[in-house]
Amino acid sequence: MEFPTDLMYTDNDEWIRVEGDIGTTGITDYAQDQLSDIVYLEIATAVGERLEKGETLAEVESVKAAAYVYMPVAGIITEVNEELADTPEMVNSSPFDEAWMVKFEIIDPAELEDLLDATAYEKHCQEREH
Amino acid sequence: MIEPLIYDLSSPGREGVKLPEVDVPQTAFPEGLTREDLPLPELSEIDVMRHFVRLSQFNHGVDTGFYPLGSCTMKYNPKVNEDTARLPGFAFSHPLQDTETAQGNLALMYALQEWLGEIGGFAGVSLQPAAGAHGELAGILIIRAYHRDRGDDRRTKILVPDSAHGTNPATTTMSGMEVIEIASDERGNVDLNALRSHCDDCVAGLMLTNPNTLGLFEEHVAEVIELIHGCGGLVYGDGANMNALLGVVRPGDLGFDVLHYNLHKTFSTPHGGGGPGSGPVGVLKHLVDFLPDPIVDVIEEGNDEVPPLYGLVRPSKSIGRVKSFHGHFGVAVRAYTYMRIQGKSGLRAVADHAVLNANYLRTRLRDTYHVPYDRICMHEFVAEGWWEDAPQVHALDIAKRLMDFGIHPPTNYFPLVVREALMIEPTETESIEMLDAFTDAMIKIAEEARSDPEILKTAPHNTPFGRLDEVKAARELVLCYRPVDSDPR
Amino acid sequence: MAYIPHTDEDRRTMLATIGLERMDDLYDAIPPDVRFPDLNLPDPISEMEIIGELRALSEANLEVQHVSCFLGAGAYNHFIPSVVDHTIRRNEFYTAYTPYQPEISQGTLQAIYEYQSLVCNLTGMEVSNASHYDGATALAEAVILALSQHRGKRGKVVLSPAIHPQFRQVVRTYTQGMGLTLVGDESLDNGVEELAGMLDKDTALVAVQYPDFFGRIEDFSKLGEAAQEAGALLCVVVNPLALGLLKPPSDFGADVVVGEGQPLGIPLSYGGPYLGIFTTRKKYVRKMAGRLVGETVDSRGQRGYVLTLTPREQHIRREKATSNICTNQGLMALATTVYLSVMGKHGLPKVAELCYHKAHYAAEQIAALEDYSLWHDGPFFHEFVVNCPRPVTEINDRLIDYDILGGYDLGQDYPSLENRMLIAVTEVNSKEEIDDLISALKEITHD
Repeated sequence: MEFPTDLMYTDNDEWIRVEGDIGTTGITDYAQDQLSDIVYLEIATAVGERLEKGETLAEVESVKAAAYVYMPVAGIITEVNEELADTPEMVNSSPFDEAWMVKFEIIDPAELEDLLDATAYEKHCQEREH
Repeated sequence: MIEPLIYDLSSPGREGVKLPEVDVPQTAFPEGLTREDLPLPELSEIDVMRHFVRLSQFNHGVDTGFYPLGSCTMKYNPKVNEDTARLPGFAFSHPLQDTETAQGNLALMYALQEWLGEIGGFAGVSLQPAAGAHGELAGILIIRAYHRDRGDDRRTKILVPDSAHGTNPATTTMSGMEVIEIASDERGNVDLNALRSHCDDCVAGLMLTNPNTLGLFEEHVAEVIELIHGCGGLVYGDGANMNALLGVVRPGDLGFDVLHYNLHKTFSTPHGGGGPGSGPVGVLKHLVDFLPDPIVDVIEEGNDEVPPLYGLVRPSKSIGRVKSFHGHFGVAVRAYTYMRIQGKSGLRAVADHAVLNANYLRTRLRDTYHVPYDRICMHEFVAEGWWEDAPQVHALDIAKRLMDFGIHPPTNYFPLVVREALMIEPTETESIEMLDAFTDAMIKIAEEARSDPEILKTAPHNTPFGRLDEVKAARELVLCYRPVDSDPR
Repeated sequence: MAYIPHTDEDRRTMLATIGLERMDDLYDAIPPDVRFPDLNLPDPISEMEIIGELRALSEANLEVQHVSCFLGAGAYNHFIPSVVDHTIRRNEFYTAYTPYQPEISQGTLQAIYEYQSLVCNLTGMEVSNASHYDGATALAEAVILALSQHRGKRGKVVLSPAIHPQFRQVVRTYTQGMGLTLVGDESLDNGVEELAGMLDKDTALVAVQYPDFFGRIEDFSKLGEAAQEAGALLCVVVNPLALGLLKPPSDFGADVVVGEGQPLGIPLSYGGPYLGIFTTRKKYVRKMAGRLVGETVDSRGQRGYVLTLTPREQHIRREKATSNICTNQGLMALATTVYLSVMGKHGLPKVAELCYHKAHYAAEQIAALEDYSLWHDGPFFHEFVVNCPRPVTEINDRLIDYDILGGYDLGQDYPSLENRMLIAVTEVNSKEEIDDLISALKEITHD
């Protein structure tokens, strides 16, 4: 199970990579493991749209579960990963790299402070295991 | 060996049915509105009959073997019900024929309404909802309508326990209300503190399954109901688990304001491979006016010589019609037949033996499978399909291996509050020999989990089909067969 | 005790195993003050006696095997080939549950896949679910699909007044908590042009019926174009049997085609159980409620079938599910599958044509009567509206004396249609029966 230290996390299993004032988001290795084989993915937003923290940016489906992906912080969408809709299984094989979902301009950097670092997120995952 | 698709058996020019020639002068068809091509198969009657007989042989049904699916009450479906439902007076009556010409049907429906009301402790019953989830929708809409009728439109929240069946939160959303999830406590009951903290004047009601999906009678049911009533809310009962309560306790007496029944669970009507069911809804006196439209009522009282005259009546504040016509009448006839044969004493015996069978299995299995809430259960119980010393074996594997013993697996992965859940409901129609055979199979599987887990991971072995690839089905989505020469739209 | 195999010995053994003394000990968790109520229910009777009792009750009804039926209005008296009932009487089909364990449910699963295929090919759509409760609830689910497709941003639904009144009532019941605007059916004068005029950027869906409640047939292509321009979905409610003759609604650009499947091999049974047909385009499949069967392979390489896209359903998505539907109408869908298979490419058009010709013959004969006339003169399928000289209830009361079940009294649902009767004619009505209807109507006028 991977928990890259250069990323920040939410307790709903999204990760965010911050480069300057651009954020990139997807779901974590833990999340794809819980969902198992992803069969469908729909990005529910478009370039130019403004989403608040917690608003839905994508829907992910596996054979046994459906999940929503939420914005870790508020942002204006600058890029959408078009390939994911055709190859949703990339979320399973490469959750932190090839399966990035959206890039966005971070509106309020102060919101980043509420996120978890890799250690805190890993602990959060362990607590959820029985 | 697979059975070809009905289209694969088609052969040009074959006809299955001979119809009489047209005996009236013909009229030209409307121009531009007729179809050119009808992509249906061409088969003779023998092809059709053989095809469906062979398909049926791939199925496991209650009439094939044990079917301990928790929460589904897979009891024996009495054959006489099939005959009574097909009596011509019932099967060939039209829903819109004058009610004076359908008095037999209305008398049956009225009696069924009365008996269900008596069993549940309710003042009014509607037979209109077509299934449990449909009855739920009606019930939540009734609760909503009740509050609004009293001028209170602040109540938009419905409290739902985390152990609830998935239809409960889905129904709430459909009714335009908000779901607030309430945690269970360590004994599997609704957590009273969690409940208390959410009780306010925005709560329309609580949806409660009792016995709950763990097969346990809510230990604080009186307090739970009092709490909700205390903050002005109503309590909706999911009656899926009524098999344990017949003649034992009436939800209406416990304070439930509205409840749905499942005729296809508790009252022996067949499951049909996924329906049709029937989900009548019962309500206490203050909700009778809100029932779906129509219900059956007495229009003119009878006397010693003349039976009452029955009619279809719209309750004065009805939430409206929830389906076309009157409900699943054909299913109602089956339930009526069952209730007449069981009678008062029989229905109590049903509950007694359902609960006896479940506790017998729980006792015999508890040393082999961890039962997280290990106390007297009602008609079903939940066991864990997982062992620390055989961690690669999951509930799914146990389920698949059971098929090799001619047994349909119990419900898997529900309720969500137990990991690797196996929900086991034997029902009262199974003998001690069958229960012992099930126990033996389960114990053998537990042994195999340690000695030969591969045989579980690759099960089933003795069935016509092996494990099916669900990921492939979801990724490739082949949902419809199109004949080669038809126009894909 | 019926259907309970336990002997006293069994009970003793089992109680001892559990560690209890008496059966009543099983219920210690139940509050004593409400436990073991004395129910006011009849005593048990035997199977032998119940058959007699129910036969007597059933004979207190009028039924269509003994009278000529000209009543339709959403439920029709059609011929059902005997293979249909023989198939749905197979124990392996009717005593099975929902096919959640596909390895031992391939009979049910393949039959549903065949149902989905047959119904899609009939309606011209690309996907079908495994059924809804009936045509009315299928229409309500179409509205919900449209709302979901527009992510809740559109709140208006346009309904033709010529859709079955009960279907429109069900849509209103289902949507009462959703804050929607439902328009179109407030006036019978709202035809296709008026409905098209009501479409705007707030419209999620427009629905029409084909043939409509009055039996009329029309081409909805223009409405389909208008819907597309407004970004609204077009839903067509069909009588699937009529599609044996009429061109499929896909030709009009329909997005969703729903209907009542009762005419396809399902007995009248005083209104239920029936069959809700729901078909749509592949692009809406994830918004579609209800069960869905897909093709796949098993571990041995055999073609097989499974329930698929289950995350759409309530048991996984819970409060985010599109709908709460769980049980469908499995056995009725099977009946329709057998009916369509045995009728097939040649039989279904034949049945539809027989209905069409007989209905037109009846209409012509009635129109020739002095005191009756037809309400509408355009194309129709197998139902038509007759202007009557007296209230419909009076006429129907008299028709019973001639062993005829008369048509539907439209005044009950449409205030402007008092004294108008909706008459249905199917393949089972012989020329003699129709002629008897005509002469009876003639005689009745002159009482």
